[in-house]
Amino acid sequence: MSTGTTKLDVVVSDVVPVNDLVTRFHFRRRDGELLPTFSGGAHVVVEMREGERTRLNPYSLMGSPLDTREYTISVRRDDVGRGGSLFMHRSVKTGMEMVVSYPVNLFSLDLRAKKHLMLAGGIGITPFMAQTAQLAAEGGNFELHYTCRTASLGTYADVLRERYDRRVRLYHDDLDERIELDRLLSTQPLGTHLYVCGPAGMINWVRDRAASLGWPAETVHFEHFAAPQPGLPFDVTLAVSGKTIRVDEQQSLLEAIEAAGVDPPYLCRGGVCGQCETNVISCDGKFIHNDHWLSEEEHRSGKKIMPCVSRFEGRSLVLER
Amino acid sequence: MGITFRKETFRDDFTFKNSPEHIRRFPFPFHEDAYMYAVNIEPHVVGPRGSVLENLIDVDEHYVAEMQDRALVLAEDPLRCQSLPHMTLAGWDLLELLMEQQALGYPEHFTLTRDGDRWRWINRPLGIDDTFTFGDTSTLPYGPMEYITRQSQGDFCILDQRDGNLWMDAGMVTTQADWSLDFDIGMNFFEWHAPVPLAHEKGIFVRALKFLTNIQQGKPARRLNWTMTINPRLDTSPENYHKWGPDRATVTPENVGDKVHLRVELQSFWRLPRSNGIVFPIRCYLIKMDELATQPKWARRLHRVIRDLPDELANYKGLTRYRPALVEWLSKLDDGSATSQGFGPD
Repeated sequence: MSTGTTKLDVVVSDVVPVNDLVTRFHFRRRDGELLPTFSGGAHVVVEMREGERTRLNPYSLMGSPLDTREYTISVRRDDVGRGGSLFMHRSVKTGMEMVVSYPVNLFSLDLRAKKHLMLAGGIGITPFMAQTAQLAAEGGNFELHYTCRTASLGTYADVLRERYDRRVRLYHDDLDERIELDRLLSTQPLGTHLYVCGPAGMINWVRDRAASLGWPAETVHFEHFAAPQPGLPFDVTLAVSGKTIRVDEQQSLLEAIEAAGVDPPYLCRGGVCGQCETNVISCDGKFIHNDHWLSEEEHRSGKKIMPCVSRFEGRSLVLER
Repeated sequence: MGITFRKETFRDDFTFKNSPEHIRRFPFPFHEDAYMYAVNIEPHVVGPRGSVLENLIDVDEHYVAEMQDRALVLAEDPLRCQSLPHMTLAGWDLLELLMEQQALGYPEHFTLTRDGDRWRWINRPLGIDDTFTFGDTSTLPYGPMEYITRQSQGDFCILDQRDGNLWMDAGMVTTQADWSLDFDIGMNFFEWHAPVPLAHEKGIFVRALKFLTNIQQGKPARRLNWTMTINPRLDTSPENYHKWGPDRATVTPENVGDKVHLRVELQSFWRLPRSNGIVFPIRCYLIKMDELATQPKWARRLHRVIRDLPDELANYKGLTRYRPALVEWLSKLDDGSATSQGFGPD
């Protein structure tokens, strides 16, 4: 059975520019019913149809899980990405009909935690918008440390400060403000869980320091929000379905496979859930692995690829699809 | 037209039985003349009218009697219902799921009205009409999981998902096939399945866990499991082994038809939206051999399955002691002719 999610027919109910880089999109159900309930940290996959082409990108739900009249996502414009965020910024208008997936949560709160310590970098703030709303409603104990480039690019920093006051601490790169990570991690009460979402460098830094300071791995939660990266075009043979396809510069391998009418399972489309893992039958060239699912050993073996985020450069690639 | 609920017992005088319509809707678990473990999981979607899959949460003629039996079990042993402190939110998720599904499938018996977080729940078969605040435990007579599972057939395990595993952190378990919530509470998926023979070697649990941790909201899944029980006793728990264990020595060639029951579990798996947990309802269906034999295909097939079952499985399911008498009894109903494809009766 396919592990893809059920789809929701929605209409864009509002488009709100938040700052120079980020725009917020609101979705309601076309039939006027309530949307499915979700939990803080969940994402939806947004289908972006542009002419012949369909891009599917995951975005964290950032509204309160208590309000299911609408879903809201925030999209940071990426001028050198594959064009998904540019499409959202330029082409999506209020009233447009779109399709999003049911919510999926791969960055769930551990409800056993005595305290939730959250670290956000840049647009990595979005899952914490929903998680803090959920915890605040239940009287949960949380503390959020949020790093942004400048005050004007501190997406929702003002909203969060107003809602949660001293539970939110802001750090601005341009003022050379830095999280005192070691001190922060060394002074938490027992039973604290740590959550980090932001650029890969930040996630790696926080995980490394937490491990060095003796935090058990089960208490450290993280979500990479890297979208698939563009790259050189390449050709792929799909052995099971007997098709040869071309992956364009701006297309992910998974999107190219789907465009050929083959539907591998997927959930996150960000290289973390493992659903679209695909066996390599043969290859002559070099893999560009961008996922967080396969082990380093598997990356080196050349026997597996995560087509949602990873690419290939070389003469030939045959996949078991 | 509503369901006519039977007055019957699952203990002492054992007056439980299935009406002829209920015999035909029994979820017979064997699609071929042999049985071996498989990851027999499929999407939990609505099935044919008149089957146990007509609604995703099935309510049948045994509902009232089963709820009375559950209340008796809980009065004797409150530890059959447990919920670790972090599982309350999942309990509300389950309350919503069961109220919605029962009201949807059986509007003549159940009604749910919502006005924001003020909810009114009417359960006519049990004479309940409660108004409460969703999310506020103080407005219900029990915790949310206990409240709704005292009104829902089947056992319920709520599994917390974390660290790539599932944890048995809450449940209502009174109709179980010889396992104990009190023993398993807090265990992970591999720990609580440790006693199952053969399946580990086949890597079944690794694959099953991978599947279950990826169950998505709005896409529940199901599987059937089975065992056998002497007398129509719902509560065959380790805690009460002294009550039902000796029953297995009472089977004689003369009483097989009345005493030996096929016990089928319809297990389903649902992602819970607020807690991101999984609920695992285990719904038990019982049918005595005399009732099963009214469908000749089922009797022929069951004979072949029990006769050829590997000894490890027969032992695990507790059939060893009365298996010869059962096989002998069933053999008289097996003329050797072929059985048709599929689960259903001819």
